[in-house]
Amino acid sequence: MALDQRSSPDWQQNVFDVLKRHDVQHIVYVPDAGHSVAIRMAEADNSIESVVLTTEEEGIGYLAGAWLGGQRGALLLQSSGVGNCINTLALQACARFPLLMVVTMRGEWAEFNGWQNPMGQATEGTLRQMGVMTWKADHPEDVEPLLHGAATMAFNGDSATALLLSQRLIGEKEWIK
Amino acid sequence: MDQVIKGGTLPRREVVAGLLENRDRMLVVTGLGSASYDVMAAGDHDNNYYLWAAMGSAVTVGFGLAMAQPERPVVVITGDGELMMGLGALASVALKKPANLTIAVLDNGHFGETGMQESHAGRGIAIDQIAASMGFPHTQCITDEADLPDFRDSLETCGGLRLAVLKIKPGNEPRVLPSRDGVHIKNRFRGALGFQPI
Repeated sequence: MALDQRSSPDWQQNVFDVLKRHDVQHIVYVPDAGHSVAIRMAEADNSIESVVLTTEEEGIGYLAGAWLGGQRGALLLQSSGVGNCINTLALQACARFPLLMVVTMRGEWAEFNGWQNPMGQATEGTLRQMGVMTWKADHPEDVEPLLHGAATMAFNGDSATALLLSQRLIGEKEWIK
Repeated sequence: MDQVIKGGTLPRREVVAGLLENRDRMLVVTGLGSASYDVMAAGDHDNNYYLWAAMGSAVTVGFGLAMAQPERPVVVITGDGELMMGLGALASVALKKPANLTIAVLDNGHFGETGMQESHAGRGIAIDQIAASMGFPHTQCITDEADLPDFRDSLETCGGLRLAVLKIKPGNEPRVLPSRDGVHIKNRFRGALGFQPI
């Protein structure tokens, strides 16, 4: 069941391709293994500003600023980081900036580290309570259409949207190597 | 720790009005609370973006704006408490060093909006030294009005990432409230840069 994290499954490439297709010029992130391909490609792409953050809510402010300046971006984060974003999501709710989030899930399925479970179980509900529309990709073939849909609704509706990349999609984390 | 400077003597309204006087190309982002009132008191402007929530986000909004508009000088005007809530953002900014970004910290050493409790800066945290240690190429702590004109002139340039702590007098000025309609201010700001609403 465990996916080898060193190989880069096509769905990870799809994430980057969909962001490019939607004219995303800023990819801001707190790293996760599930985002490693998109982060690597963003770092290598001269037409994209890739910005590493100390905490996820920085990305909400950054992307609001980029949009004030006329450009689109996306925030890559892990489900635990959604908890860090809660109060800052008021900025999106009140000013209606486009906000596209791609969230890798922990504490959701076959989780070894139970300390991930509380936030993982609350991630989707928390986002929805703060007015973020959500979709979840469980299978590789879901990622491209669902992210395309989330990006379309963020950028055409001045909305906050999040695609959750499920733990079954990402694969069990290998703890003992 | 060096000598603690608990706020200062600079008059905040006059200082902010002076920084914005005869402004030309600068884009301004304000942190929630008194910094927003100070900027509004100096005169509302289409190139102002005022925050009313998301404490700690003034720097990050200015950061994203500076990265998207590299030809325009971007000035973040915020309080010491607002900035400290998003302290890590200074590290993210320091890695990119946008040359068109200036962060002006109005430091009265207190949480002015909530009853004048002493703040971290008021108890000895030197925000300019934090920024310097992170690699900001220009940092300064301004306690004297004589240093303001040079700082003012730097705001219209894209001469390197800059952070200045302005030691202002503690105390609350009359509130001068900018619009709380976040969508209106967003669309007005974007419109002034030539971007249409969706």
